[in-house]
Amino acid sequence: MSGADLWHLLFGKLSADALPFYSAIAATAAGVVVCGALGAALLITWLGRWRYLWREWFTSLDHKKIGIMYVVLSLVMLARAVVEACMMRMQQAVAFDSAGFLPPDHFAQLFTTHGTIMIFFMAMPFLTGLINFVMPLQIGARDVSFPMMNSVSLGLTTAGAGLMMVSLVLGKFSTGGWSGYPPYTELGFNPGVGPDYWIWAVTLSSLGSTLTGINFAVTIYKRRAPGMTLFRMPLFCWTALCASILMIFAMPPLTVATALLACDRYLGMHFFTNSLGGNMMNFANLFWLFGHPEVYILILPPFGVWSEVIANFSAKYLYGYRSLVYATMAIAVLSFTVWVHHFFTMGQSADVNAAFGIATMLIGIPTGVKIYDWMLTLFRGRVRFTVPMLYALAFLLLFPLGGLTGILLANPAVDYQVHNTLFLVAHFHNMLIPGLLFGMLAGYHYWFPKAFGFRLDEVWGRIAFALWVAGFVLAFMPLYALGLMAMPRRTDAFFEAAYLPYTLVAAFGALLILAALVSLCVQVWVSVRRRRETEVFAGDPWNGRTLEWATSSPPPDYNFAVLPQVEGRDAFWLMKQDGRAYRTPDRYEDIEVPRNSAMGPVVGMAGAAAGFALVWHIGWLAIIGVLTMGGALIARSFVRHTTRTIAADEVRRIEARWRDAVAASPGVTRDDETTPANRGHAAMEVA
Amino acid sequence: MNAQGRNYPGINLDHEPQTHAEAEEKVFGFWVFLMSDLVLFALLFATYATMTGATAGGPSGGDVFELKSTMIETGLLLASSFTFGMASLEIKYGGKGRLFAWLAVTLLFGALFLGFEWRDFATMIAQGAPPSRSGFLSAFFVLVGTHGLHVTAGCVWIVVMMAQIAVFGTARDVKIRMLRLGLFWHFLDIVWIAIFSVVYLPGLVR
Ligand code: HEM
Ligand SMILES: [Cu+2]
Repeated sequence: MSGADLWHLLFGKLSADALPFYSAIAATAAGVVVCGALGAALLITWLGRWRYLWREWFTSLDHKKIGIMYVVLSLVMLARAVVEACMMRMQQAVAFDSAGFLPPDHFAQLFTTHGTIMIFFMAMPFLTGLINFVMPLQIGARDVSFPMMNSVSLGLTTAGAGLMMVSLVLGKFSTGGWSGYPPYTELGFNPGVGPDYWIWAVTLSSLGSTLTGINFAVTIYKRRAPGMTLFRMPLFCWTALCASILMIFAMPPLTVATALLACDRYLGMHFFTNSLGGNMMNFANLFWLFGHPEVYILILPPFGVWSEVIANFSAKYLYGYRSLVYATMAIAVLSFTVWVHHFFTMGQSADVNAAFGIATMLIGIPTGVKIYDWMLTLFRGRVRFTVPMLYALAFLLLFPLGGLTGILLANPAVDYQVHNTLFLVAHFHNMLIPGLLFGMLAGYHYWFPKAFGFRLDEVWGRIAFALWVAGFVLAFMPLYALGLMAMPRRTDAFFEAAYLPYTLVAAFGALLILAALVSLCVQVWVSVRRRRETEVFAGDPWNGRTLEWATSSPPPDYNFAVLPQVEGRDAFWLMKQDGRAYRTPDRYEDIEVPRNSAMGPVVGMAGAAAGFALVWHIGWLAIIGVLTMGGALIARSFVRHTTRTIAADEVRRIEARWRDAVAASPGVTRDDETTPANRGHAAMEVA
Repeated sequence: MNAQGRNYPGINLDHEPQTHAEAEEKVFGFWVFLMSDLVLFALLFATYATMTGATAGGPSGGDVFELKSTMIETGLLLASSFTFGMASLEIKYGGKGRLFAWLAVTLLFGALFLGFEWRDFATMIAQGAPPSRSGFLSAFFVLVGTHGLHVTAGCVWIVVMMAQIAVFGTARDVKIRMLRLGLFWHFLDIVWIAIFSVVYLPGLVR
């Protein structure tokens, strides 16, 4: 065996060429990743916190901690994707009649990683994290149905995100866009490792999301507290349920699409190739059979957040609760009937296009119902302009605009004109930023005190809010104009002088968005430093209406010492009304909670290793990775002590401490919610 | 609901309400998983259906499918479903020994099925019909192969369950796992019937 053979056996296609020294920008990015990872590791070592992290977080099966970890992951990935977005906007600002600073190939990698990260590693983990944290509390459960699987899902998602990060250091990423269309991602066009990174990162995350969907749906069906009928659930739980059902049905098409693409690339098959019977339209259909439901997976949970935030900060029952539920279900069903609108221009007959165009427009109806319901909830409410509410108002103004441009695009005749232009980019960012991202940020501000026991700083919250909104408007409104002026999407340079003013404004907007992100970091810093002033251990800082506010902040491991008895919608509000809130139960019982398990990190690391090995064709490592995943699963099935018991006495102590805190905190009126007077105990006010 | 009303409608659980509550949740979760898995198969079927004509001048189904071996495979898989049913009954009525025996027979049938399938694949590849020959053959190998991979996973699962029964006896969690394994095994039968009717029969008739 020659040296080269041995190298190949051990390291596959890896070689010094994989390092990004061909470009200063790529090398810098790699440097940031390596230094960031090393820096974080050193810091943890220096603080001696590895054991703490492992015990209290990585191996924890507590849905609350898993939820928080998901959100942290998503914020890290958000930072990277926003920086990439800014680079693209800068490029388009300077690349008039010149090459700019990014070569086309690099620009293509940027829009691919930006899109892939934003969807799979920012949006999905963020909403999964929020649902994980909030939903079991809202339905009065002690955990999700399958806590260990929950941790495995997190492990798989993190593994995918890890591959995305590694791809910055070793090798070049795919240039095929977030949708990974062949032939761009086929061997013939791109024999490099880029598409393989995309395939395995996305596959890992889609497996994680399938399991998550199953877990959430079963939890909602089987773990509701006594009296919590489906139609008494907070709307956030309804949207979580519908999004989970969508995940169960819509993730498999993605898994199939990426798996078949992998068969083409690794085994020389011909699913989507240009020769020997391959048919890339099958990929387009499979991908969008996932892709369109996916955008509703992304938007339904934020709709749930809006429902909670608007009702809570208007101090009213949600207007039109049932219509909101039915609208949510209608959207979920319709979302499977519209996928062809992503490729109206790809040659099917006009009749087919018309059918899918009409189906697409139909979705506007339930969505419109929702907008009116939210506005009518505000009507004559006791509205407070807290940060989440500000986001909600921005959403109510900006989101319908994106919806309207969506209705335009649903018309195939119009779509033919603006397909593949920046008009589309403006449209979907107009849905995803005011709809999804603002929703997630509103949820983050709203539930942060529940998770950590202190409120986020209002002033910095408002600064960040203002920057997000201004940045969004400036960065994306010009793109509508550019699209109508026929500027194609995914362009790294242009020669049309008329575009320039718009791309300059858009670049400025992107910088404001970067500033907004920085403000969010400052906010965390400031809030942590001032946490004594905003401490809300008593648990109900916003005069809440749903069950998550009926616990201390942060909630104890077991959530509820005694499962709450639910008498109607807005369960906690009702309890406060008829004096059942904070009542000491007659007796406490031992409570079983899931014991920690290393399954999540083990499967995650094995999955990342397998993915990495497949990307670089390192056979032995891929086999070890896959066998470790399977072996861990089998080994786990022989473990019988999967729960630990919290003794009744312990529960009594924990509960007493909380009740004392509630009794000791003065009731705070809604007017004083954002002042240091707010200790997490809401005063009873009329309505 | 009273304890009676919550009884899980399986046949072989004990009388503990706790067991039934647990089975309710876990088995329901498994049904949901199967649904998701079925979507995966449905899409592979759809892909296959669009690619039956994509032979690129290579062999078509009629040229390479073999009726005899397919019939044997079908018989083996159906028989294994029956024997698994017998194993399920033994959880309730029989002793460990008979349960073991039925599981072993099921495993044997599963393994034989895989052996025949493997031989089919090998013959096809030898006849110049490997998956890389045409879109049609890619779709065929991936659809049937995915089912085969599932059966392999099922066989491993049977082995694991035999080990668990040996170590833990028919304890509560073992029974609930057996219930889920049963669903999985019968599910694979149904998928095979679909493969037989959508892939092999039309291929041979043509
Ligand atoms: C935060 C501010 C953001 C900015 C400044 C931004 C900017 C951009 C830019 C410049 C592009 C490339 C446009 C082109 O094709 O020429 C792009 C594409 C894309 N963005 Fe964003 N984006 C932002 C946020 C988001 C968010 C929140 C999401 C999703 C949750 C998202 C998802 C996507 C997707 C899917 C693409 C398409 C990628 C492709 O062409 O394959 N973006 N974005
Ligand atoms: Cu769509």
